[in-house]
Amino acid sequence: MTAASITARQLPAEWRDFFALTKPRVMSLVIFTGLCGMLAAPGTIHPVIGFTAILCIAIGAGGAAALNMWWEADLDAGMKRTQNRPIPGGRMNRTDARDFGILLCSASVGIMGVAVGWLAAIILAISIVYYAVLYTMWLKPRTPQNIVIGGGAGAFPPMIGWIAVTGDITLMPVLLFAIIFMWTPPHFWALALFVKTDYAKVGIPMLPVVAGEAATRRQMLVYSVLLLPLAAAPWFIGGTGAIYGISAIVLSSLFLGLTLPVTFRTSVEGDGMKPEKRLFAFSIIYLFALFGMLVADRLILA
Amino acid sequence: MAMTPEEETEYRARQKSRNLVLGLVLLGMAVLFYAITIVRT
Repeated sequence: MTAASITARQLPAEWRDFFALTKPRVMSLVIFTGLCGMLAAPGTIHPVIGFTAILCIAIGAGGAAALNMWWEADLDAGMKRTQNRPIPGGRMNRTDARDFGILLCSASVGIMGVAVGWLAAIILAISIVYYAVLYTMWLKPRTPQNIVIGGGAGAFPPMIGWIAVTGDITLMPVLLFAIIFMWTPPHFWALALFVKTDYAKVGIPMLPVVAGEAATRRQMLVYSVLLLPLAAAPWFIGGTGAIYGISAIVLSSLFLGLTLPVTFRTSVEGDGMKPEKRLFAFSIIYLFALFGMLVADRLILA
Repeated sequence: MAMTPEEETEYRARQKSRNLVLGLVLLGMAVLFYAITIVRT
């Protein structure tokens, strides 16, 4: 037994470590997209119920993140970026993390169902199972398309936010889901091209490592091309006004424009990876701007 | 294995801060449930 694990066994973990299990930075993006989905939805929601819905989305995401850290503790210990997380860092027992994750997930779904609505609660439960079981436990270690599948997990919050207001599933929340789903692969692979992680060391098959850079760059283009009509689709089906529609076309064209130089080049040692870094930085602005315009469109038209 | 006095102090400090945070969370939940009940009735 190592010194770290003796400490973990004897001393109770700090509350900060429990908080770290919820991946707070990911949670902030989840809160933003969930809030945008809620604000863009037709209809009204009482501020208290709206706050509760966002809180449940955040707690559910936190619980799923805790389950992810519980399951991947051994992998995290083998990677520089993650080796200081609460479990591999020796500050928390694995079972505590698992129980904390289950508690958060159950509480978020239960409160969402009772306070907001059971359809939103069911979609929240599906998103948790999707991320913690389907992605983390099953597909992430098995396929180089793991990022594509993982993107689905990040795509649920705006859909849940929307359903919390309307109480039903229409084409619009499905489109919001599809936009984030399609946005994730070029966003993440741009990062994967210029940041060499040690996923390969712990046996996680990331596309740039398994299929090579050229294949990754080609696939990024496919998703960027598909993203353009998909991002504009809410306008085409009449779900939003021209403010969103034109913004979506401009933003997605820029996104595609920045993907093209990434697709048609081969990196050489020490070339700075500027096109990839530019695309990655813009991809973050893109998502915030797109969802921001979705809300602005709704508020201005209202 | 017995704890040293330093470990004992650290143990108590952690327990205290955890209890404080848990108390605040429970208080927040009570306020939230009260507000939800008022809104939904």
